[in-house]
Amino acid sequence: MLNATFRPSADMFSEIGRLQGLLDQVFRPAERSPIRALAKGSFPVINVGNTPEAIEVMALLPGVDAASLQLTIERGVLTIAGERAAPDPQGAVTVYAQERYAGPFRRVINLPDDADPSRVNATHRDGMLRVTVSKRESSRPRQIQIA
Amino acid sequence: MTDNQSALAQQQAPFVVPPVDIYEDDGGITVIADLPGVSRENLAVRIDGEELFIEAGATAVAPENMELIYGEAQFSAYRRQFTLSRELDATQVEANLKDGVLRLRVPKAEAAKPRRIEVRAG
Repeated sequence: MLNATFRPSADMFSEIGRLQGLLDQVFRPAERSPIRALAKGSFPVINVGNTPEAIEVMALLPGVDAASLQLTIERGVLTIAGERAAPDPQGAVTVYAQERYAGPFRRVINLPDDADPSRVNATHRDGMLRVTVSKRESSRPRQIQIA
Repeated sequence: MTDNQSALAQQQAPFVVPPVDIYEDDGGITVIADLPGVSRENLAVRIDGEELFIEAGATAVAPENMELIYGEAQFSAYRRQFTLSRELDATQVEANLKDGVLRLRVPKAEAAKPRRIEVRAG
């Protein structure tokens, strides 16, 4: 979705990077891959971005009903959790591939101190969840007028 | 760019291989693919001879001035292709896209469905 090169930023974000890296590798599927290509810890795939006004989190959640999704913010931590049901094959005789993740999932993102938990906006479209956490007004850069 | 060059350039652009679930039953084959961020206008499912192609592009939702901090998904194009076998009826493929999940149903040709063969005595 975003062709920007990954640039390490403030320390709190590189923390996530390291922790996530311990749990799962950066999601870059190969054209030829084993049948169970998704590592357990990497659903949903997420992108985290920064604008002057807000922190943007995008999660790829195809086939997940927005009503069943649990999106919570607590003490500066954003949690995206839920469950994706396995498709019902309805009397299928053979399963050739089951690469899509099915089951419970949970991704946790550390938000920086200037995130304002009371101003969060989330939209869900075509299986893509976008969470916008606005930054506190007081922490944004302001010009100071000299009287 | 000529048509050939632009087609080639598009093929060489980085793309993501979408994960799929594939089931076969007596009536045909069902393919379910994860294509998050893809809407109907940006999806192309086509049959070329015996090959089934799924090509799609995800729409970027990020604001213009966003700086990417942590990106597990860097490419917006999806591509995957499958070789169908001859007993599948490629002209009757049904496709359905909802919430970023594509469901394809490729039925078997009538003649290829399993049938009991009556054994006559004598």
